Amino acid sequence: MGTTASQLRKDLLSEYQELTFLTKQEIILAHKRFSELLSKEDRNIPTPRVPMEKVLSLPELKSNPFRKRICHVFSTSDMKDGSLTFEDFLDLLSAFSDSATLEIKSHYAFRIFDFDDDGTLDGGDLEKLVNCLTGETDDTRLTTEEMRQLISNILEESDIDKDGTVNLSEFQHVISRSPDFVSSFKIVL
Amino acid sequence: MFFCWLTECQAFVEEFEGALGKGKGRKLYAYKVMMAKKMIKFNRDFDNFKTACIPWERKIKEVESHFGSSVASYFIFLRWMYGLNLVLFAFMFGLVVLPEVMMGLPYGSIPRKTVPRAEQDRAMDISVLLDFGGYCKYSILFYGFYNDERTIGVLQFRLPLSYLLVGVGIFGYSLMVVIRTMARNSDEGGDGGDDGQFTFAFKMFTSWDYLIGNPETADNKYASITTSFKESIVDEQENQKDENIHLRRFLRVLANFLILCSLGGSGFLIYFVVKRSQEFANLDQDDLSWFEKNEVEFVMSLLGLVCPPLFETIAELEEYHPRIALKWQLGRIFALFLGNLYTFLFALFDEVNAKLEKEKSIRNATIWGLNEYYSNYSSYHNTTDIPPPDIHPADVIRGPCWETAVGIEFVKLTVSDIQVTYMTILIGDFLRAMIVRFLNYCWCWDLEAGFPSYGEFDISGNVLGLIFNQGMIWMGAFYAPGLVGLNVLRLLTSMYYQCWAVMSCNVPHERVFKASKSNNFYMGLLLLVLFLSLLPVVYTIMTLPPSFDCGPFSGREQMYNVVMETIENDLPAFIGNIFTYATNPGLILPAVLLMVLAIYYLNATSKNYQNANLELKKKMQMARDEEKNRRNNKENTNQVMQDLEDLLPNRSLKSPKVAKRPGAAANGKGINIQKDVSLAAPNPKAAVTHPPGPRGPSGNARGPPPGPARGRGRGTPPSRR
Repeated sequence: MGTTASQLRKDLLSEYQELTFLTKQEIILAHKRFSELLSKEDRNIPTPRVPMEKVLSLPELKSNPFRKRICHVFSTSDMKDGSLTFEDFLDLLSAFSDSATLEIKSHYAFRIFDFDDDGTLDGGDLEKLVNCLTGETDDTRLTTEEMRQLISNILEESDIDKDGTVNLSEFQHVISRSPDFVSSFKIVL
Repeated sequence: MFFCWLTECQAFVEEFEGALGKGKGRKLYAYKVMMAKKMIKFNRDFDNFKTACIPWERKIKEVESHFGSSVASYFIFLRWMYGLNLVLFAFMFGLVVLPEVMMGLPYGSIPRKTVPRAEQDRAMDISVLLDFGGYCKYSILFYGFYNDERTIGVLQFRLPLSYLLVGVGIFGYSLMVVIRTMARNSDEGGDGGDDGQFTFAFKMFTSWDYLIGNPETADNKYASITTSFKESIVDEQENQKDENIHLRRFLRVLANFLILCSLGGSGFLIYFVVKRSQEFANLDQDDLSWFEKNEVEFVMSLLGLVCPPLFETIAELEEYHPRIALKWQLGRIFALFLGNLYTFLFALFDEVNAKLEKEKSIRNATIWGLNEYYSNYSSYHNTTDIPPPDIHPADVIRGPCWETAVGIEFVKLTVSDIQVTYMTILIGDFLRAMIVRFLNYCWCWDLEAGFPSYGEFDISGNVLGLIFNQGMIWMGAFYAPGLVGLNVLRLLTSMYYQCWAVMSCNVPHERVFKASKSNNFYMGLLLLVLFLSLLPVVYTIMTLPPSFDCGPFSGREQMYNVVMETIENDLPAFIGNIFTYATNPGLILPAVLLMVLAIYYLNATSKNYQNANLELKKKMQMARDEEKNRRNNKENTNQVMQDLEDLLPNRSLKSPKVAKRPGAAANGKGINIQKDVSLAAPNPKAAVTHPPGPRGPSGNARGPPPGPARGRGRGTPPSRR
């Protein structure tokens, strides 16, 4: 569509095919979409990095309540600003692709939901999670009492060792029981 | 950073690969490795090609991003049906229609292929053609056209045998495909049990549909998630209040009674209408209006439109939980369609029997006429070599040919079903959307927010319609080979038409729910419908005698006699013997008994596996409880266990090597069962996008791989610290 970004090299393409769950068409499409996000100067540097705001403007991510967390999780930037290189972008698409396994998806879901990056989902993380899911407007938010009840119910269900937090294995145990998770944890360009 | 490390590794491996195989087998080993690599590449390319071949991906993806995965699942189901019908069409067309057209006799050469003299002057009229009479009736579309010669053409193609085998083979293939899809779906779905165990956790972690790309849908989704949270909280909090259980029971019984009445009423209505259509058939066709001629199909489609909303309104008396209410609704609509279809079939049977009666007299007349002709000829010309009577095919006296009549009925039913569906979409969705959009400017209340607003896409209604349409095709395909082709066209246009209608006239559901396990539910319905449509066809093949002057089985006692004839005449003698032995009841009964016992045995084994599963889960739970007890409070509940633990070498302190990772301290309290989780993906690509976890110590990726090997696609993702 208008942008004549550098074409993806053949050897890189086959390498990406081997390293990710994506098919050739998907990688080429991802490259095209990624190049559209780059500004003119960035196109010529070897590993360009797209700032988070531009990534969030993608239609697939725009309506997602977890978009900022997704960018942070997949970003390899030293400055922790959520910016993505092309390989980060492919990482993202691969984890969200159709052929990714349950373990990969649940691992990344855990990291996305872990708002404070401490390796467990504690009460604060769960509360932020619920607020994300119920939308931004005030009339859709839960009251404090409902929130407290909800969080205690969730911990009762998923916290097996009763330490007040949900760690990765408990999370994966819950997720492996869910029939919907794999089919809904998908992003396709 | 990660990729360049990988490139180094790849270069190293490529350089020294050959050296890994030692000794004499070195060249062979290198060759094998090269072939394996080429195979992997070929498989990958083939997978890419297969994905590119799937039609309508973008369309469905667009629908999915606007409406969520449940509406898209209807279109995926439609696409799957299209594929199935395409294969059935290929069978029917390639093995039955094409040979008859290319190698059989042309139109007009024999009586069954010619329009009778009486009908000829109106055979091209549009109204007659639309009714599938005239030239349509005597064409490849219907059973009656096909000739009964044992072999035709240069290739000695056995058409009657092929017709019978294809007719039965259609069911066999469909059965295979449906069951295979069901098995595949149930595999991916995980275990269906444990529904109530994780309600809140599921709502929290799995309720968001990441495919949603449209802000309006996202807003709806937020609202529905909030509602479902609040509902569950309230559910959990309130006690079992059975307020006035008697009133509720009475209302439910009343509702069921009303619905049974309406089901019975609709069945009776159809029977009545079919009887009337038989009387109409005896009258002169010109006197009847269009409505009277198509009454049956019209009434059936009307019932299919009116009754489901009626059921929904009656069901409000019952006050069930929405999910249970949906199941009841689906069950009732299913019963309605089934009842209607079978009533239609029974009425059709009466018609068939009547035709068979009429046929007897015509057949006797024909045979008598032929005998007279032969005896007169031989007595007049005094020869035994008698040529066939010199009558034009159009003038020959004809039997009523019940199979073609049945085929015509099914084709008319399908066509009217298509018309009603398309009309409903046009009026119910498109016209409604136009009215709401344009009249809103000059109307007293807000049409968009209040009544009638835009329509929502009725998933269950559409899916059931699709399933029953397929059932009708299965039933009618034996009597009207052209029906399958008609259905292929219908599904193709349906796809584009409904995609357009949904995108332009519908709004996303208020309660955006996911398609999940219900996929197998619809497959199960399809399987049931397949069996139910198999029954009438098999029954007619086995019991009813074929017409004496039309179709590929004419002149035979039963339709399946073709198979016997082929076995006797064409196959070597010993195969005939095998079949005679195989159809001996003394052999069949033990075989049936064996199968019943096998089913019982498999059932018992599966129950045992389930029990073993439960036991293992309990053990895991107990082990975790023990660990927790040991870590949190030093005093153990079980003193004996504690003593035992003290005696054994330090097992608990030295947790498995996996925990040696620096991150273990953070989640040390939790049981580290990560090592049990294998990332051995069944994916042939097998490579895993390793989460580039450890950011701080950059060399961590090269550190000693913890526990299981860190090859491609294996090993656990490293913890983040």
